[in-house]
Amino acid sequence: MGRYVLQRLFYMVFTLFLITTLTFFLMKLLPGSPLQNQEKLTAEQREVILEKYGLNDPVPVQYVRYMKNLVQGDLGISFKYDNREVSTIIGERIGPSAQLGFQALMIGTLIGILLGSIAALRHNTWVDYGSTVISVLGISVPSFVLAALLQYYVGVELRWLPVAMWKGFEYTILPTLALSVFVIAQVSRFMRTEMIEVLHSDYILLARAKGISGSGIILKHALRNALIPVITILGPMAVNLMTGTLVIERIFAVPGLGEQFVLSIMVNDYTIIMGITIFYSALFILIVFIVDILYGIIDPRIRLAGGKS
Amino acid sequence: MVKLLEVKDLYVSFFTHAGEVHAVRGVDFELKKGETLAIVGESGSGKSVTTKAVMGLIPKPSGLIKKGEILFEGKDLAKMKESELQNVRGKEIAMIFQDPMTSLNPTMTIGKQIMEGMIKHQKVSKDAALKKTIELLDLVGIPQPELRVKQYPHQFSGGMRQRVVIAMSLACNPKLLIADEPTTALDVTIQAQILELMKDIQKKTGVAIIFITHDLGVVANVADRVAVMYAGKIIETGTVDDVFYNPQHPYTWGLLASMPDMDSKGDELFSIAGTPPDLIAPPKGDAFAARNPFALKADFELQPPMFKVSNTHYASTWLLHPDAPEITPPDAVLKRRNLRTKAGENRGK
Repeated sequence: MGRYVLQRLFYMVFTLFLITTLTFFLMKLLPGSPLQNQEKLTAEQREVILEKYGLNDPVPVQYVRYMKNLVQGDLGISFKYDNREVSTIIGERIGPSAQLGFQALMIGTLIGILLGSIAALRHNTWVDYGSTVISVLGISVPSFVLAALLQYYVGVELRWLPVAMWKGFEYTILPTLALSVFVIAQVSRFMRTEMIEVLHSDYILLARAKGISGSGIILKHALRNALIPVITILGPMAVNLMTGTLVIERIFAVPGLGEQFVLSIMVNDYTIIMGITIFYSALFILIVFIVDILYGIIDPRIRLAGGKS
Repeated sequence: MVKLLEVKDLYVSFFTHAGEVHAVRGVDFELKKGETLAIVGESGSGKSVTTKAVMGLIPKPSGLIKKGEILFEGKDLAKMKESELQNVRGKEIAMIFQDPMTSLNPTMTIGKQIMEGMIKHQKVSKDAALKKTIELLDLVGIPQPELRVKQYPHQFSGGMRQRVVIAMSLACNPKLLIADEPTTALDVTIQAQILELMKDIQKKTGVAIIFITHDLGVVANVADRVAVMYAGKIIETGTVDDVFYNPQHPYTWGLLASMPDMDSKGDELFSIAGTPPDLIAPPKGDAFAARNPFALKADFELQPPMFKVSNTHYASTWLLHPDAPEITPPDAVLKRRNLRTKAGENRGK
């Protein structure tokens, strides 16, 4: 197990290195520079600033310099926000995004598992059909459409919850809902299919032949086995939530990382773009890693296979 | 001996899109304490459905016990509620399934799976259950049981897994064990070991066994009595000697003739022509008539009753009617009758 984790860690660092490199060069291909909208600057002042920040150097030189700093944990300073550290900006912005993503993932997974299981247990009844309709809607309606609908009906018409901004827990409810519907839909669809399959398996029949009651069979035998494939989609789902927040944060005026990311791309704030990309990638790689470990905890076959290698 | 199980006039149907499938059509049999009954028949003959009905495991709502009684120690299982059945299953009647590779929960240690039933039915403590589990694993021949209880099914081979399933079935000292083709999914050498194990366990615990199989070799090896099923009915029943050496129903003849023996080298193996009838619309006479070269006109028209051949031996074919014409059974059957006479002479000596 220890060797397996070490191996995985090495691959994780390597993946991060590739992503960083790729993003760096792609970003340099973007038209314009951080100074493109600063009409008040004279050509000379411009030169001075570009020289100061090293933006006149050839791209490979800039790359090496950036990587050297990165290895030391230095993400650089923003071009736009008066010498503020990129890490500080990310730190300030991560809170709301993380909270939204976490809430949506938790609520979505829990409701999804519940809905999918109930649909499987009431296979081919109106409960099952109802949950299928919810899943299809949840997958096909984009989160921003749902966000606008929620804002209008719950926020403007009913006035139950605030329409936008970020001033307390009640402000998180609508964006969380908008984000979690997709998770509910995905998880419940997977859960339903897996649960139906598991409930028809021989070991469930054998458990019934042992005289185990219905609830015992579901909780002790079926749920864990049905969860295994669901765990695998949680990784990509978490990423989906991270990117999903870009739009949702914008709609609900949440001061999150996604909103900052979009703003920075529009003004070529190189260091922030790099910083957030690296942060997102690291998070993604970490989540996939955690999911793999979780997978091993739930499924003993995988745990032991990993241990032997 | 005392009757343990008595199945009377059992009818089970499944409701499908195509119509009602009459899977079991009037099955009667009984089982005494400590006895082994083999139910033989091809796929779809209703042998598994019959035993699933005994366990109360007919899938609902598609399946239904339409008629009949299943008396287990005098109580009718067919009329029991699910909650009452849960106290019979695993405790009084246990079951072993065909494929040990799929009948164990892959994410639960085998120890937990064996202990589960004990804790539910016998209200024993975890420590006591663990102790009994280790004893059981030892009984079914699993080496290092203390170590193995903590392992998962994928760490066992097929034969070992079937031993685990057997240990599981014995957890609450059941009075009846239903084994649904327990050796079909195993290699021949492992099959023999598992059969030996089951015989051994029967000797030690006195449990009655219903053995479902389509393998006549297995029947000869383990059973006291045999019931041959065809198209949802028992068409012949008797002791192993009755059915093997003096078969009466043409279907049993066909089954025995299609079994290879030491003498049949090079010849093409006999097979019964045709296919079993569609049980959505079962034939009105003997269901085997259409495939039966010896069928009488009456076989097509009227369901034959169970004719008595001896005190232990019954068969359902019009050939046994006093007015039926004399026919010569196939060679394979005649050979078997001779074997019996010889066996009898040998025993006499």
